[in-house]
Amino acid sequence: MDTATDKKFEDALQDLEGIVEKLDAGTLSLEESLQAFEEGVALVRFLEEKLTEVEKRVEVLTRDNSGLFQTQSLETDEEGET
Amino acid sequence: MTTSAFASGSSRALSVTDLASLIQGQLEADFDDIWVVGELSGLRTPASGHIYFTLKDDTSQLRGVMFRGYARLLRFRPEDGLEVLIKGRVSLYSARGDLQVYAASMEPRGLGGQQLALEQLKAKLAAEGLFAPERKRPLPFFPRRVGVVTALGGAAIQDILTILHGRCPYTQVIVRPTKVQGAGAGVEIAASINDLNEHGQVEVIIVGRGGGSREDLYAFNEEVVARAIADSELPVIAAVGHEIDLSIADLVADSRAPTPTAAAEMVVPVWADLYDRVAGTARVLTTVMERTVTDRRRQAIRLEERIRKPQHQVDALRERTQTALSRLRSAFERKNEGVRARFEDLAATLNSLSPLAVLGRGYSLTRTIPRNAVVRDAATLRPGERVRLTFARGEARARVEEVTP
Repeated sequence: MDTATDKKFEDALQDLEGIVEKLDAGTLSLEESLQAFEEGVALVRFLEEKLTEVEKRVEVLTRDNSGLFQTQSLETDEEGET
Repeated sequence: MTTSAFASGSSRALSVTDLASLIQGQLEADFDDIWVVGELSGLRTPASGHIYFTLKDDTSQLRGVMFRGYARLLRFRPEDGLEVLIKGRVSLYSARGDLQVYAASMEPRGLGGQQLALEQLKAKLAAEGLFAPERKRPLPFFPRRVGVVTALGGAAIQDILTILHGRCPYTQVIVRPTKVQGAGAGVEIAASINDLNEHGQVEVIIVGRGGGSREDLYAFNEEVVARAIADSELPVIAAVGHEIDLSIADLVADSRAPTPTAAAEMVVPVWADLYDRVAGTARVLTTVMERTVTDRRRQAIRLEERIRKPQHQVDALRERTQTALSRLRSAFERKNEGVRARFEDLAATLNSLSPLAVLGRGYSLTRTIPRNAVVRDAATLRPGERVRLTFARGEARARVEEVTP
């Protein structure tokens, strides 16, 4: 399931905020600070990527006669709305 | 009943079966479609699926049965003591000679039938723990794919899409078109929930419709829907637009929203807020790091200063020493005369204390040879030992003749 990546988003955001807090406290050595900063930068990249990962899309899920799933776009309906 | 053919005057005797069959025919003709109200007692529901009971009031009672085919359609569970309205017929169960009410439908009196059914189902599911708070799963924080179980033409789907994409454009919605009212709606809703689970693309499911009368919302009170929600691996938000009671779907669902609009608000965060949070935190990260570097640089400079300090101290010491020395020198120069006079006094005193001064008064000093030790006791000397004698002026060497201790 996709919940794994989703969990990561929330976790990553919390990790990032934790890093900022730690850096802000000023108790880290310079080496540790740099390490934390690099970690933070990686998290920011990850989060920004995740934010725009999935496109805005509406699909209709149906099953055909043999019970197989089929998806169709519902884009036109929504476009008509806006 | 008016037929005279069976009157007692008849010469022909009937078999029991004939009589039973005649009574049966008569009863069925006269009590083919009756309504009766009474209290249920002695209720039995054997494995056959038929329901056996006694229907009674204060003074009378009748046996009754509801066959499996009808019993299956009941929307409540008959219980002893319940007052019911039964529609059916009356006939004779000839095998036992029992007169029975054959119920085709049964509805509880007092509480509305549906209401009672609902209460009973609620109690049953609650007893199974389906509404337990610990069963509720948290909704995903930022679901990228959201499943919706509702009618495609309904207002609910439009509301959901408008709000959901308004809040979070980067979301994919998968709609599973579903009949949400009328006969069979419950089964369809349940199947759709299962479908979205099986399809496995979405992270959360909204099940709902945009309001309606209590009757319209009936499907959301069906057991099959409750089971499907409970069995769903994906968290389910119930979005049954209603003003009065919570539906069973609401109670089983992981989260409930009063309307589809509210469900859409619940399911996705406001993307812009999320973006701001990430971007804002990123900015703070940079700022904090820059500050850290600046702080460390300052610290480094301070450290360097501390490292330089010994030199400073030496310099300062040297300077202080120089000052002190020059001050000393000038002080010496100023007091030069006094010091000299004092020195001469001191020298005179020293002179009087000197052994040489004592010798000047006629004494002499005896020392051993070669150790040069001053002789204070004659006993330390032996005859024949050589000694050195020191006078106020000059020295002499002598040999001890005799010792008298």
